[in-house]
Amino acid sequence: MLAACRLKLAAYTMFSIENITHSIDAWLYRQFNPSMALLLESLIVGLCAIGLFTVLGLVLVLMERKVSAYMQIRLGPNRVGPGGSLQTVADTLKLAMKEGLTPDGADGFLFNLAPYIVISVAMMILAPVAFARGFQIWDLNIGVLYVTAVSSLSVIGILMAGWASNNKYSLLGAMRSGAQIVSYELSAGLSIISIIVLTGSLRISDIIASQQDGWWIFKGHIPAIISFVIFIIAVTAETNRAPFDLAEAESELTAGFHTEYSGMKFALFFLAEYVNIFIVCAIGSTLFLGGWMPLHIGHWSGFNHIMDFIPSSIWFLGKTFSLIFLIMWFRWTFPRLRIDQLLNLEWKYLLPISMFNLLLMTLIAIKGWHF
Amino acid sequence: MIEELSTTEQGELVINIGPQHPSTHGVLHLIITLNGETIRKVEPHLGYIHRSIEKMCESLSYRQFIYVTSRMDYLSSHINNHGCALCVEKGLQIEVPPRAKVIRVLMDELTRMASHQLWWGALAMDVGALTPFFHAFREREAINDIMEETCGARLTMNYIVPGGVMIDLHPNFQHKVKEFITLFSSKIDEYDDLVTDNVIFRGRMEGVGYLSKEDAISYGCSGPTARGSGVSCDIRKLYPYEVYEQLKFEEIRVTGGDCYARYLVRMGEMRQSLSIIGQLIDNIPEGEFQAKTKAVLKLPKGEFYSRVETARGEFGVYIVSEGGTTPYRIKFRSPGFSNLSALDHMARGHKIGDLVAIMGTLDLVIPDIDR
Repeated sequence: MLAACRLKLAAYTMFSIENITHSIDAWLYRQFNPSMALLLESLIVGLCAIGLFTVLGLVLVLMERKVSAYMQIRLGPNRVGPGGSLQTVADTLKLAMKEGLTPDGADGFLFNLAPYIVISVAMMILAPVAFARGFQIWDLNIGVLYVTAVSSLSVIGILMAGWASNNKYSLLGAMRSGAQIVSYELSAGLSIISIIVLTGSLRISDIIASQQDGWWIFKGHIPAIISFVIFIIAVTAETNRAPFDLAEAESELTAGFHTEYSGMKFALFFLAEYVNIFIVCAIGSTLFLGGWMPLHIGHWSGFNHIMDFIPSSIWFLGKTFSLIFLIMWFRWTFPRLRIDQLLNLEWKYLLPISMFNLLLMTLIAIKGWHF
Repeated sequence: MIEELSTTEQGELVINIGPQHPSTHGVLHLIITLNGETIRKVEPHLGYIHRSIEKMCESLSYRQFIYVTSRMDYLSSHINNHGCALCVEKGLQIEVPPRAKVIRVLMDELTRMASHQLWWGALAMDVGALTPFFHAFREREAINDIMEETCGARLTMNYIVPGGVMIDLHPNFQHKVKEFITLFSSKIDEYDDLVTDNVIFRGRMEGVGYLSKEDAISYGCSGPTARGSGVSCDIRKLYPYEVYEQLKFEEIRVTGGDCYARYLVRMGEMRQSLSIIGQLIDNIPEGEFQAKTKAVLKLPKGEFYSRVETARGEFGVYIVSEGGTTPYRIKFRSPGFSNLSALDHMARGHKIGDLVAIMGTLDLVIPDIDR
C-alpha cells in the first residue's frame, strides 16, 4: 500500500504541470513585491492564453480538415509540412497579409469592432477552464456561471457584425444566430445546472474533485446521460456548428454574418469559432466526464492507481478532443435544419425535456440516490 | 432598376440570389422578396449564359449542329444528342441498325444515372450535408470512365451521329458496365442509408414545395418534377423510341408532390436505369453500329419534331427545313425552363432554406434553361 502511494506521488511529481506553475509562482513572489509579481503573472498568463489560442486554432482547423477529408474519401491537406501539418499556418499567413476591406455603406466602427468582441469573449471564457491538475488561470467560485454568462456575450459581436456589414445576407445570418444562441443557451444552462445540483458548487475545481470516485455521466444515472446529450446538442447549436450552422448556411446565405469580412478580421471569426468549440467541449468534459480527473471506479484502488499514471493533462485533452471529434462528426454527416425546425427542436423538445430532467436530477440529489 | 431596390413599399426585403451564389448551381439570378425569413415572391432572371445555340444551329449542317447541343444540358448531353439525331433520322427516314439502338439506350441510361448521382450529391449539399457529394462523385467517376473509353469524352460525349453512333463500343465496355452495376447496386442502398432516411433530411423535404398534379401540368413541368406530382409523362413509356418498347421498366410516379416525392422519383429512376442496363448489357446485337448515310444530309422541306426523356424531363427538338443543308429554324424544348417556371409557385410562403431545397429537387442546369 505504501509502495503504491509512493509510486502515485512519483507519478504526480514526474508529470504534473502543477509543480512547474507553483515554482514559477513562488520564484516570482520571491523576486518581486506582490503587486509586481501579480502583474507579471497576469502578463505571462495573457501571453500563454494568446499562444494557446493560436495553437488551438491551427490544430483544430487542421483537425477539422483532416476529419472531413477522411469522411469524404479524400486525403485533405498533405502538401505543406509533414502530412500537411503546416497547412493552417500557411493559410493564416495568407489571411494576415490580405487586405481587410470595409465595404461601402458599412458602419466602420462596429464592423471593425465585431471580430474583436467575438474573439475577446472566447478568450475570457478560457479563464476558469482547468487544463490539468492545478493548472487553471482563475479558479473563481462562480466558475460555471461565469462561463455561461460570458459565452452569451458573443452573440452581441455576431449581431454587430451582421448589422454593420450593410449586407442583407449578413443581416439574415446575424438574426438567425441571435435567435438560435439565445434559445439554445436555455437548454445548455439547464443541463449544466443539473450537474451543479449534484456537486453543490459552481467552482470548477470542486466539480472536478466531486468526480474523484467516478464521472458524473456514470454516477448520475440516466438523467446525467440525458443532460449530457442535451448539452452536446445545445452547444453545437450555440457555437453555430452544423447541423445548426444557420448563421453561416453556405448554400443559403453564402457565408452568413461574416460574408463581408476578409483577411485577418475573417480569421478572427474563424479562430473564435474553433476556440469556442474547444471551450464548450472542455466545459462538457469537466462537468460530465471529470475534466482532468482520471477514470476512477468507486473503491477499486488498484485500478484507480493505474489510471493515475496517465497525466491529468492527457486525460483532459483526450476527453475534450473526443467531444470535439463528435461535434465534427455531426458536421460532416447531417444536413442542416431549417430555422423554424431549429427553434421547434429547442422550445418544443429540448427545453421541456431538460426541465423535467432537472427536476428528476434534483430528486436524485435530495434523496442521495446517485453513487 | 430592380437591383437598386432594397425593400418594397410594404417594407419587405428584396434580395438578389445569384448570379453568383453557391446554391443556384450556375448563373441563375433570383430576385426574392422576403418578409422576415418567409418568401413572398421569387422572380428568376435568365440570360446570363445565353449563347444563342438555336441561332447557331441554323448555320450548322445537320451533322454539326448535334455537337452544339451537348453544351445545353451538359449533364445529359448524350440524351440531347440523341433527341437531335432522332429528329434528323425522322426527316431523312434513316433506319438505325439494332446495335446502334441498343448502344444509344445503354448510354442514355448511364448518362441518366450519372446526372441523378450528381443531383443527389448537390441536393444533399444544398440542404447542408457536404459529405454525400463526394460519395456521389465516386460512383459518377466510374460512369465517366466508361464513357471516356467508348466515346472519348467524359462530359460532352458527342457520340451520336445521324444514323447510329460514331464508333463501335470499346472491348472493355460490357465488362466495365457489369462491374459498375454490381458496384452501384450496393452503393445506392448506401445512399438511402446516408440521406433518404435521415430525420433532418426528411424534415427538410417533406411537405416542402408542394406542386399539385394540376399545377404541374399547367406549368408544363416534365420529368421527375412532374412525376413527383403524379403526372405520367415519361416519354420512354408514352412515346417509346429506340428499344424502350421491348424493355421492362417502370415509370416511377409518386403522388406526394413535395420535395421528398421528387427525391424518391429520382432515386427510383436510378434503380430503373440499373435494371434497364442489366437487361441490355448481355443482349447487344451484332452488326453495324451506323447506317449508311449520304455525306451531305439534306432534310426535305417540312417540319420535324422528336422528343426524348432526359434526366430532367422532356427534351423536344423542332426543326423547320427549307430543303437545304442547314436547318431553317430550330427550337429546343428544354425541360429545365418549364420546371423553373413553377419555382415561384412552389416557394411562396416557405423559408429561404426551403427555396434552396426546392431548387435542388428541380435539378436545374442553367445552360439548359438559357441555351
